[in-house]
Amino acid sequence: MTSITAPRPKVPPLEGELRPGARPSRRQWLTRAAFGRNPIGMIFGAPYALFIALLFAYPLSLAVWISFHSYFFAAPGVSVPRPFVGWANYTAVLTDPAVRQSFVNIGIFLVINVPLTVMLSLLLATALNAAIPFRTFFRTSYYVPYVTASVATIGVFLFILSPSGIFNHVLGPLAPVPSWLVNQNWAMPSVAIYVTWKGLGFFILLYLAALQNVPDELYEAAKVDGASWWHRLRAVTIPGVRQVTTLVSLLAIITGANLFTEPYLLTAGGGPDGKSASPVWLIYESGIEQNHPDFASALGVLLVILVLLISAGVWLLQRRQA
Amino acid sequence: MTLTAGAAEVGAPVTAASDDVPTIEPRAPRLWWRLVLLIFGAVVFLFPFYYMIVGSLQKTANTTLSGIVPQPGNITLHNYGQINAALSLGRAIINSGIFTGGVLLGTLVLGILAGYALAQLRFRGRGLLFGFMLLMLMVPFQLLIIPLYVIIVRNYGLGNSYLGMIAPFAINSTAVFIFRQYFLQVPQELFDAARIDGANELRVLTRIALPLVRPAVLTAMLLTFIGPWNEFLWPLLITKQQNLEPLAVALGNYISTSSGVATNPYGAIMAGSFVLALPAVALFVIFQRYFQTVNIGSAVKG
Repeated sequence: MTSITAPRPKVPPLEGELRPGARPSRRQWLTRAAFGRNPIGMIFGAPYALFIALLFAYPLSLAVWISFHSYFFAAPGVSVPRPFVGWANYTAVLTDPAVRQSFVNIGIFLVINVPLTVMLSLLLATALNAAIPFRTFFRTSYYVPYVTASVATIGVFLFILSPSGIFNHVLGPLAPVPSWLVNQNWAMPSVAIYVTWKGLGFFILLYLAALQNVPDELYEAAKVDGASWWHRLRAVTIPGVRQVTTLVSLLAIITGANLFTEPYLLTAGGGPDGKSASPVWLIYESGIEQNHPDFASALGVLLVILVLLISAGVWLLQRRQA
Repeated sequence: MTLTAGAAEVGAPVTAASDDVPTIEPRAPRLWWRLVLLIFGAVVFLFPFYYMIVGSLQKTANTTLSGIVPQPGNITLHNYGQINAALSLGRAIINSGIFTGGVLLGTLVLGILAGYALAQLRFRGRGLLFGFMLLMLMVPFQLLIIPLYVIIVRNYGLGNSYLGMIAPFAINSTAVFIFRQYFLQVPQELFDAARIDGANELRVLTRIALPLVRPAVLTAMLLTFIGPWNEFLWPLLITKQQNLEPLAVALGNYISTSSGVATNPYGAIMAGSFVLALPAVALFVIFQRYFQTVNIGSAVKG
C-alpha cells in the first residue's frame, strides 16, 4: 500500500481531512500528531479494542493475579480473605500427578495425531490436486467432520465404539477388553484418532493450497531428470509444503492442550483413571467442580506461556528455513 | 491472489495434472489410484454421518453389520420425539440461534469496522491493536475460562444470560484477520478517488470496500458460525438452567447423564446429533465455494 507515497504533481497526501490545495493548519497538524492521520480509525477500532481489553487482557491479568493468591468461590456477597501465597499454586500444579498424567496423555496424543495428520492429509491433498471427477464432492466431504459440532460427532463415535458397537462386531475376537473408550491403554489413542478424523479436512485444504503454489516447472524439471514418483515427492512436494507441516504440528500441540469435549463426553471425564484427561479438562475439574480456581489459574497461565513459547519457536524455525 | 479468488471455483484448470494434456496416456492408471484413494477417504469421512442417520431411525439399536442398512421393520421416528421431549429441541435450537446470531452480528458490524481500520486507516495505537489481535489468535480461549468465569458470572452477574454467553465470542478475531487481509488488497486508488469526492470513511467502507470483499465476508461468516453453534465448554459453564442451554450443551448433558432413561438411548442421541449437525453441514455444503483453499491459505499465510 505504498502507492500514495509516490509524488504526484498536484495532489498532496490525501489521507485525513486534508483537501487538495489546502495547507495543514496548526490544529490539523496537532490532531494528526496526537491521533494519527486517520483519527476516525480509533473510533472504528474502539469496540474491538474494548472487547480485547475487557475479555482478553483483563482475564489474562486476572488469571495471573489469582494464580498467586489463595482463591476460592465464596457465596455471593460474602467477602473472604484472599492472601498472597507466592509460588504455592505453581508448585502444587507442577507436583500434581494428575497434571503430569495429562501431559503424558498429550504426548501420546501428539505421537499419534501429528504423523497421522501430516501423512493422510498430504496424501489426500495430493490425490485431490488434479483434474478429477467429483472433485468438489470429495473436497466437501472431507471437511464435513471439521465443521460439525464435536458433541454430534462424539455421539456417533460413542455408538460406533461402544463395547457392543459395530466396530467391535467387525473386529470380533480382536476387539480389546475392556472396550476402546474404557480401556486404560486405548482411551487416549482412541481420542487421538477421533480428533485426527475430525480435523483432517481442514489440513487437507491447507495442503491443497500449498500444493497449488508449488511451481509446475519444478515437477517438469524433475520428470525430465527422470526422478521417480517417490523422488518427486521427497524433493519437490514435501519441501514445497513445509510451512503447512510446521503449522500442523503447532496447531496439534495447541489442540492437544485444549481438548475438553472429548475427555468430558467421549471418555466420561478423562477416564479411565485420568488416562485420557487433558490440561483443559483439569482446569475445568479443579477450577469449577472442585472449587480450586487458584490451582486452575496457575495451570492456565503455565499453558499460555507454553503455547506462546511454542508459537515463537515455530515462527523462528520457519523464518530460518525460509 | 486476486479479490475475486474467493468466489472463483478453484477447479480443474489450476492443477498440475491438466497442464500436460498431451501425455494423458500414461496418466490414466494413476487417475484410477487417485479415485480409489479419494473414494476410500470419502467413505471414512462420511460413514459416521450416514450411520448417525441410520441409527437415529432404528426402533431398537442394531449394532451388527446388518444394522448398516436400514431394516424396513426397524424404522421409526420415535427417537426424534424422545430427544425432543428430553431436551425441548425447539427451545435449545432457539438458544443456539440467539447465541450464534449475537456472535455473527457482533463480528459482522464491529469486526468489519476493526478489520477496515487495521488495513486502511493510519491511527495511533494501530500497531498495538494488531499485536493484540495476533496474541488473541494464538492464546486459546479455553485457557482463560477461570478468570472469564470470575469476571462474567461473579463480577458482572451475567451468568445464565445470553449476554454472558455471547460476550467472550462477540468479535471473532479470525474474522477480523480475514477482513484485514482482504481490505489490504483493495487498490488504494479506489479509496483515494472516493475521498476526493468527499465521501466520509464510513461511506467509503460501506459503498466501496465492502462490495469488493463480499466473498471474504461470506467466508468469515461461515467460519464464525461454527464457533458458537458448536461451542460446548463456555455455555456449559455459564448456563445453570435448562431453558437457556444451546443445543450442543443440552445434547452433551443428555449424553453424559440422562440417556439411560430412553428406550433406545443411542437412537435418541443419534437423533439429537443429526439435528445439531444439520445446519452447519448444510451451510457449508451450500456455500462450499466460499470455503476455499484460497481463502484459508491467505488467512494462514498472512
